[in-house]
Amino acid sequence: MIINHPLLGPRDSEEFVYLGSTDLINRPTNWEEEASAEDFYQYQYIRDNIAGDHQELWYHEQGDQSWLVVSRNTLTHEITNVELAQDVARTMGRGK
Amino acid sequence: MSQTNRKDGGLINKDKTLTFTFNGQILRGYEGDTLASALLANNQQLVGRSFKYHRPRGIVTVGSEEPNAIMEIGSGAYKEPNTRATVTQLYNGLEANSQNHRGPLSFDLMAITDFFSPMLGAGFYYKTFMWPKAFWEKLYEPAIRNSAGLGTLSTEPDPDTYDKGFRYCDILIIGAGASGLSAALTAASSGAKVILADEDFLMGGRLNSEKTKVDDIAGSEWAKNAVDQLSAMDNVTLMSDTTIFGVYDHGIYGALENRSSESRADSKKPRQVNWRIYAKRSILCAGAIERSIAFGNNDRPGIMLAGAVRAYMNRFAVATGKKVSVYTNNDDGWQTAKDLRSKGVNVVAVIDSRSISPVMGIQGAEIFMGTDVVDSKGRRALKSIKLSNGKSIDTDSLAVSGGWNPNLHLTCHHRGIPKWNEDIASFVPDDKAPPGMSVAGRAKGTMVLNDAIKEAHDLGSSVAEELGFKASDLEPATTPAVAYNVVANWGVPSGKNRAWVDFQNDVTAKDVKLANQEGFKSVEHVKRYTTLGMATDQGKTANVLGIGIMAENMGQTMQETGTTIFRPPYNPVAVGAFAGRRRGMEFYPTRYTPSHKWSEEQGAVFVEVGMWYRSQWFPQPGETHWRQSVDREVIQTRSSVGICDVTTLGKIDIKGSDVSEFLNKVYVNAFAKLPVGKTRYGLMLREDGMAMDDGTTARLSEDHFVMTTTTANAVSVYRHLQFCHQVLWPDLDVHMISVTEQYAQYAVAGPNSRKLLEKIVDSKHDISNEGFPFMAAGEISVCGGVPARLFRISFSGELAYEIAVPTRYGDSLMRAMMEAGEEFNVVPYGTEALGVMRIEKGHAAGPELNGQTSAYDLGMGGMVSGKKDFIGYKLGLREELQRSDRMQMVGFKPVNKSDLVEKGFSMAGSHLLGLREKPTTENDQGWISSSIYSPMLGCYIGLGFIKDGLNRKGEFVRAVDLVRGSDIEVEICSPHFYDPEGGRLRV
Repeated sequence: MIINHPLLGPRDSEEFVYLGSTDLINRPTNWEEEASAEDFYQYQYIRDNIAGDHQELWYHEQGDQSWLVVSRNTLTHEITNVELAQDVARTMGRGK
Repeated sequence: MSQTNRKDGGLINKDKTLTFTFNGQILRGYEGDTLASALLANNQQLVGRSFKYHRPRGIVTVGSEEPNAIMEIGSGAYKEPNTRATVTQLYNGLEANSQNHRGPLSFDLMAITDFFSPMLGAGFYYKTFMWPKAFWEKLYEPAIRNSAGLGTLSTEPDPDTYDKGFRYCDILIIGAGASGLSAALTAASSGAKVILADEDFLMGGRLNSEKTKVDDIAGSEWAKNAVDQLSAMDNVTLMSDTTIFGVYDHGIYGALENRSSESRADSKKPRQVNWRIYAKRSILCAGAIERSIAFGNNDRPGIMLAGAVRAYMNRFAVATGKKVSVYTNNDDGWQTAKDLRSKGVNVVAVIDSRSISPVMGIQGAEIFMGTDVVDSKGRRALKSIKLSNGKSIDTDSLAVSGGWNPNLHLTCHHRGIPKWNEDIASFVPDDKAPPGMSVAGRAKGTMVLNDAIKEAHDLGSSVAEELGFKASDLEPATTPAVAYNVVANWGVPSGKNRAWVDFQNDVTAKDVKLANQEGFKSVEHVKRYTTLGMATDQGKTANVLGIGIMAENMGQTMQETGTTIFRPPYNPVAVGAFAGRRRGMEFYPTRYTPSHKWSEEQGAVFVEVGMWYRSQWFPQPGETHWRQSVDREVIQTRSSVGICDVTTLGKIDIKGSDVSEFLNKVYVNAFAKLPVGKTRYGLMLREDGMAMDDGTTARLSEDHFVMTTTTANAVSVYRHLQFCHQVLWPDLDVHMISVTEQYAQYAVAGPNSRKLLEKIVDSKHDISNEGFPFMAAGEISVCGGVPARLFRISFSGELAYEIAVPTRYGDSLMRAMMEAGEEFNVVPYGTEALGVMRIEKGHAAGPELNGQTSAYDLGMGGMVSGKKDFIGYKLGLREELQRSDRMQMVGFKPVNKSDLVEKGFSMAGSHLLGLREKPTTENDQGWISSSIYSPMLGCYIGLGFIKDGLNRKGEFVRAVDLVRGSDIEVEICSPHFYDPEGGRLRV
């Protein structure tokens, strides 16, 4: 596959390591609460197994070591968007 | 000399004679021949024995779709089985041998299997050979396995080299026949970067096998001119003898180029190049492949496809027989009769299954319309055929044409579903081709050549235009239009006689019928049950015929029946081509430590740790067993001083104003208040609470830290930290970089380690016990100004330090320290001694951090902070992980100190059981994860995990190793066997 890195342009997917769904960005922050045990369990183990448009995390290990969010269709492998994961994480409220 | 079937003309070079052998017999051919054409020239009709029934078989086609003429080429380590003679370029010294027979090809002892054919139909192994049950494993299965299979492997490593390459283009054109060349001419003239690939070593496709005229000159001549024109263009790359074998994602194509057609043993060149081609667009011009008709005994040597028969004549100047007959259901088959007749070959009959008027007159031939062939005679070579009207015809070469199938293989690699086209009685590509691919010409179902050329010509231009290049103003080539008229014919019932469909896997029409009868209604099931289409040719000549028979059996349409899915590779690809140069020692890069050269000089024994080479031990003269070296290294280090290269452990340099807060989030223990100038041990968990890695992190200044990891996890921990930094906490001011390879690092350990280092460290630095206490860390200089980092940490349990210098100083630092340590009898030690010492101290390492153990299991529950969030905190509190009867890490020592000493192996891998329990899974209480002989204790010891271990110290259990055969009593004890108080660390 070819991943169109937002800074470096198109790169062969061999340069990257795949992690998993962007669900992994939403690490629960309520660790002090009792109820967060369930939240962490959901975070760690429960996933939708999507046949279709999927948002996922890739790491450019053989390149600039940036984490990316890739929008890829798991059936056709068409990649429609690639962004820096840091930007996505901030828009999802991971910043301070 | 004796090329009795050779005629005049053809595209071969009769000035260059080549000598080759077939089954040891010396034969001759010409430059430009394939092995198949040369064999036919020498009247070698019999070329192999069929897979299951060992029936005599001959050459059937002229291309890579060949099912029968698969041979072993070469000898010794170069021997390559299952090679298609039809696409093997002939060279001087080629050695070919037929496959799959016991005894000579002409008298195969295994042919007896043909008599058992009623028992060997589709799926026979589910229904027969079942009784007595015991016979299956010992007798039937080995016998069946032995008689099955095609060629044999040399079993020696492949001595050829294979290269890998990468190419980029705007437009990849697949197939260089009339269509491919037309598309290439227009695409290239637009300025686009074009790659044109063809699997044949001579570009031109069918133009080289037909007498068709293009632009009023011979088709082969037109093709040659087009190739010359293209090769002169800078923006065109021609790749002949190159098969595009796979269509992958995003315009990535796999291509296999044959580089060497000489004898492989003589060639210094890489045998093949595996190209990865990145193309913005592709145009598939793969043409069409002829199919057969099923009739009784249609598999005899001498029965070939009609297009192939005239190709052998037109391109290779070989007559396939002296009394040729043609059996066809379409106009195209008549061309074979015409071409052969024009070369003076005796054509005895043309049999057309359609009830129409004869397509043309063929001088000397009997014409039978509305008639079929139902049987043939001649075991090792065709002698005669029998027609549906009862007549017998003497013939030694039958040219069969059941129609042409668009070669749409590659359009299916992304799950394309071909559509049945009634007009041409064949399947055409799905509208949904792989993204970026267009199809033109016969591959698309445009069977009339003139139309195909125009279609491809226009497409080459329009695809280039899509990419922003200017449209071409060239005119398409023209050729007299010849209609393609066909009426589908899958063969007529042949009574008792078997009619073959898939030659390579020996599948008959009866097998297909049987599958349908037994309830296999889906074409995918029929394929697997009968194995039709599963041989090395992927059923290229058989699939559509099989589908036709199936549709007839089941009263369905062809569209309803459908096709199976074609997958890469289009043709077989040697595993070596995928490996490329990544073989043997070049499979991975080799990583050497800075002290490697010095260690080699000492005669160190090395061990592979991932890609690293690490010194395992340093044998001294007189030592004959590794234990002597390792025991000595341990004793010497603990009594004086030893040096070990620990460069391979991961090192991560982390800077920023929020680093300590960041470290708090990845370690179980507190790091927020780590003072400058100190280092601290840290344990890292996975989010699910399991221990992931451990190391030490030192604070060199307010905002500058250095973390170490284990060797094995250097890469994954760094990746994890980058994830935490970029994704989970993107606004913490943290910057990091891996410096594993940037610093050489050595452990200097033992009571005299400080004295040794005082001779190396520049005197302005105070490394006394007060000036540099246990767990101190700092930037210093050594050897008169070389920058260094010093850490007072100890894996061995002795007074110890780790010293790091920029890698380029690593070799000289090692030498300097060994010289400085001479007066203390300094000893270099390797990974074995390193392991012995850490086990004696009870330090967990890789075998304990196996992904199944939590902080509590490792005895580090006390380190876990309850005051902060960190990776693994919450899920680590799960009830199941808090149970007191979990398997916890403790120490084990034999009750009888001399146990295992004679056997010479440790307790590693042993499982732990009660004293009187049977060794079963139910009674398994745990396992020993690390075990060595301890020179300090004088016996074997181990670290391991046992249920409720922390509460069972003093108990006796057994350590059982069923693999190596040991069963000894052990005492559960503290894992800290040596200097448990840690006094030696702090002197």
